[in-house]
Amino acid sequence: MLLADIVSPSHLQIWIIVTYLAALILLGVVSNRFFRGTAVDYFVASRGLGPVLLVLSIFGTTMTAFAIQGSSGEAWASGVGVYGKMASWSGIVHAACFFLIGVKLWSFGKRYGYQTQIQFFRERFESSGLGLVLFPILTLLQTPYIIIGIIGAGNMIQAVTRGAFPEFFASTQGAVPFWLGTLLSTGVVWLYVSLGGARATAWANALQTLIFLVVGVVTFWLIADQLGGAGQATRMVQEYNPSKLTREVTPEHEATYQEKLAEYEAARAAAEPGAVVKALKPHAPKTMTEWDFLSYGFIPLSVAMFPHLFQLWLTARSAKAFRLTVTIHPLLIMCIWVPCILIGVWATSALVDGRPVIPADHTNPNTVLALMVNMLRDPWVTGLLAAGVLSAILGGMDAQFLCLGSMFTHDIVDHYMAHDRLTDHQRLLTGRTFVVIVVVLCWLLTLWLKEAKPIFGLAVWCFSGFAALFPLVFGALYWRRMTKWGAYASVISGIGLGGYFYVRAGLEHGFSSRIEPHVWGVVPAAPMVMIAALALVVVSLATRPPSDATIAKFFSPQVER
Amino acid sequence: MKKLIYALIVLLAILHQDFWWRADHQTLVLGFVPVSLAWHIGVSIVACLLWGLACRYCWPDDLVNDDDEPLLVGSRTEGH
Repeated sequence: MLLADIVSPSHLQIWIIVTYLAALILLGVVSNRFFRGTAVDYFVASRGLGPVLLVLSIFGTTMTAFAIQGSSGEAWASGVGVYGKMASWSGIVHAACFFLIGVKLWSFGKRYGYQTQIQFFRERFESSGLGLVLFPILTLLQTPYIIIGIIGAGNMIQAVTRGAFPEFFASTQGAVPFWLGTLLSTGVVWLYVSLGGARATAWANALQTLIFLVVGVVTFWLIADQLGGAGQATRMVQEYNPSKLTREVTPEHEATYQEKLAEYEAARAAAEPGAVVKALKPHAPKTMTEWDFLSYGFIPLSVAMFPHLFQLWLTARSAKAFRLTVTIHPLLIMCIWVPCILIGVWATSALVDGRPVIPADHTNPNTVLALMVNMLRDPWVTGLLAAGVLSAILGGMDAQFLCLGSMFTHDIVDHYMAHDRLTDHQRLLTGRTFVVIVVVLCWLLTLWLKEAKPIFGLAVWCFSGFAALFPLVFGALYWRRMTKWGAYASVISGIGLGGYFYVRAGLEHGFSSRIEPHVWGVVPAAPMVMIAALALVVVSLATRPPSDATIAKFFSPQVER
Repeated sequence: MKKLIYALIVLLAILHQDFWWRADHQTLVLGFVPVSLAWHIGVSIVACLLWGLACRYCWPDDLVNDDDEPLLVGSRTEGH
């Protein structure tokens, strides 16, 4: 999907990937030496992670493969505004969620022994049934991302190993076939999660963050050098695609576009048939509207309700451990995104030996970074990029596997079948069993859904779905008057509205469409969050408040000042 | 101080909209960063500073005690 048909395979790339996978298994083995044999150690690392490991693991989990490959592609398509609407918004909003939501949830988790979100919501709203509504929603929102991750990993391994094993895999031109690549990647994740639980997950995500940073800096440095320096690369954009350096399109941008387009057409007419046109085709200027730009601030609210992030929060040794995460998370986002955004913008106007680096007829943003890296013809960089993207994919997947295993164990088996009376050993065994089941099911679903394009379109909506649950968690923590019926109304209206938007967009553009969804000129998350908040307030005010015991439990002076 | 920091964070979210350089493609910071992008890099840096101040001045005091607080009796077990 990403590097297929672009990156020339080499044994060096394969060895970089193998080294990375071996490092993950080694992390699992080493973390197993610290394993205490309890369920709480398996699921939340005995709530013992310090600030540095916490910040690296949380950052690694929140940054998906999109941060590397997608950000460059989006910048190539839409310009530098992508940084503002995605990265700097995330810096502000993620930190807010960690500070206002994460720290408090950690506190309740530590105090009352919660290991899943649903345990907290059930007690906060005195409602066992709320879990039955939330469990399928959280699971369904998470599953498409896991499947897409596995598909990405399988395609990546297939692309990198192309031509490497012709005697074994003739039907795939010597590449490790998709089924085996996905089995290998999910197998490695299962192995280290099984060996070390949440501790191994945190270490793997920390490793991912470090790989991210190295890949970003190295790639940026080498590409800038290849283009004659960073200043020269940006000046080329000023000359050919000035609108990529702004969010607003001016008459000057339009005039430049027409002028450069005429130059390109003239060069194309003069070129030999079939020969490469030695001229840049400018991109048509596009305005990023103010409302669209503003509404992107709603999407990062999703981190407040990611189940796997909740589980990572619980691994913190203390509330103070969050301080480093809250503070430097915006800077880490900046360090990863700025180089990728600049590479993407430079790609619009990059010429090497008079030829465009990105062909004039190129349409897929996801392959822009790979094309820019391939320009370097350096197998070390392409290998590092492959490892970076693979680490981003696997880094998110491990926490999600562990989290789904925990949710099945605590929210379904323990709560409904054992009435919250499973022993620690039983919970550990059940958890490990469910992680295996989740891994195998996700792998089988991946093989089944590989060609089902709607899965990609659906995944785009998952972040909006999690964002729509933000009012639920915020209200639960800060508004004592919020009732269980308010919670039901908020979840059903927010998710229901998202479902309606999804079906409507699917009928309009096709369910396999990967067009960025917009509703009334804004991202769907904006109306979904607002409707969910409105329903929460109205229904809570109209229904009986929670009991005094619940208020005392969650809003006593020791818990809230 | 607490209210001031929260007010500054809200102000940062408003300034994030970049009302000044959203159409400027000429100005480059450090010779290669478009000014609109530089503004948002600044937003990220200021966000880091403000959330750092929030951790210093807006931190809920009661949570500090939670660091060493044992699990409440009667709540779910944690393998103890």
